[in-house]
Amino acid sequence: MSAGHHHPIYRPADTPVHRLPPQCKLAAVVAFAVFVVATPRERVWAFALDALLLAAVAVAARVPAGAIVRRMVIEVPFVLFAVAIPLIGTGERIQVLGLSLSAPGLWAAWNILAKATLGVVASILLAATTEPRMMLLGAERLRLPRLLVQIATFMLRYLDVILDQMRRMRIARESRGFVARDLRQAPVLAKSAGALFIRSYERGERVHLAMLSRGYTGEMPTIRDISATGRDWAVAGMLPCLAAVTALLAWSTT
Amino acid sequence: MTSGSPSLTVSRLAYAYPDGTQALYGVDLTIERGERVALLGPNGAGKTTLVMHLNGILTAGHGTVEVAGLAVRADTLREIRRRVGLVFQDPDDQLFMPTVREDVAFGPANLGLRGAELDRRVHDALERVGMLDAIDRPPHHLSFGQRRRVAVATVLAMEPEILVLDEPSSNLDPASRRELAEILKSLDVTVLMVTHDLPYALELCERSLIMSEGVIAADGPTHALLADERLLAAHRLELPYGFAVPAQPG
Repeated sequence: MSAGHHHPIYRPADTPVHRLPPQCKLAAVVAFAVFVVATPRERVWAFALDALLLAAVAVAARVPAGAIVRRMVIEVPFVLFAVAIPLIGTGERIQVLGLSLSAPGLWAAWNILAKATLGVVASILLAATTEPRMMLLGAERLRLPRLLVQIATFMLRYLDVILDQMRRMRIARESRGFVARDLRQAPVLAKSAGALFIRSYERGERVHLAMLSRGYTGEMPTIRDISATGRDWAVAGMLPCLAAVTALLAWSTT
Repeated sequence: MTSGSPSLTVSRLAYAYPDGTQALYGVDLTIERGERVALLGPNGAGKTTLVMHLNGILTAGHGTVEVAGLAVRADTLREIRRRVGLVFQDPDDQLFMPTVREDVAFGPANLGLRGAELDRRVHDALERVGMLDAIDRPPHHLSFGQRRRVAVATVLAMEPEILVLDEPSSNLDPASRRELAEILKSLDVTVLMVTHDLPYALELCERSLIMSEGVIAADGPTHALLADERLLAAHRLELPYGFAVPAQPG
């Protein structure tokens, strides 16, 4: 048995944000990201306003800043890319701390950083307040193709089972003296990966049999009804609406 | 209900796999309502192949399978799969939904149940296997024995005519094995149990069938079959070391 595999990004709590139906939150985050991206990059204050909006959501959902910052590590590759742009960019150059940087490059880097950060934080808040399976139910409500949702649901269910199988195979390898020191051991690992694939495929076939045995006809029955009220949509809609107002103000002050 | 007809009637069932391997050579058996019957036999005797015929996952090459009087055919599959509850050996194959509740609801929901009736089925089934407390937990957070009990509940929720269990005691620790036995004894449903665990068969089933080389080689009281050493040896069956069939009760 595998143990201790929670989904630590989700922070169980009972707040107004947690209680919102997942489809409302999903739609709100996507719309928020679109409005943030549509905001002109020169209006720095607009991004500060957007950040304040997210801070308000974090407070309402009781997600501590530390948890958000830790999760933001996922953004690091984008940050590295953004840092490189002013160095390699063309156009008018300015001197900062003895470095010659491209001014349009700096703006481009700011643009990527600010917008990506806001998008990432919004997603972290969504994930921290919505269980993974609820997210999938929400996605289904938003008319995401059912087949994709089914595949993701199975992935969620079987990820731990497959990781566990992988762990057992690793222990079996190491028990017989295998140490992955350098590239010469790669064929062994490749064969293990192949074996894992075959086992997972066979499990898939057995699961399909089990589904057929309980009357599966190609369509997953909707068991949990997670319908949203107009009020839910209004509450969730506040975030993207305020971001839209911010974007409009930013455009109108040019 | 379907009074009169036996829960399960299999007659002259023969089957060869697509690669030509003949697995069943004419199986005949009848299980009356409310009986608990063990299906014993060595590996490769055709037990699993037979089980796959009972709810139409495989279709008979020759012969017939009837569940409570209804023949297994392409047009009766939906009703057959409601009547025959198959519990697979590995509960991780059987429990594929994110939570216990959704998994137990999967079968009855496929039958078209919704709302309060669906909830009632889910609650009843979990209560019968003593797993109501775990209703909102993900299956992979349960112990192996608990998962096997939930797997039984997923099938009970469909209110089957006959419960078919594939190796119900495999991989269970002694306490879980006993708990499952108590649950199975408490169910008011016909049971066909495929097993290598002969003491388990003796404890739970009055009657046993021995399957060997694609046919039913023996059919009788479990007690008598297990006491017949020559019969067991002829079909690669052995009682565990130190186990003796207790003297006939009553």
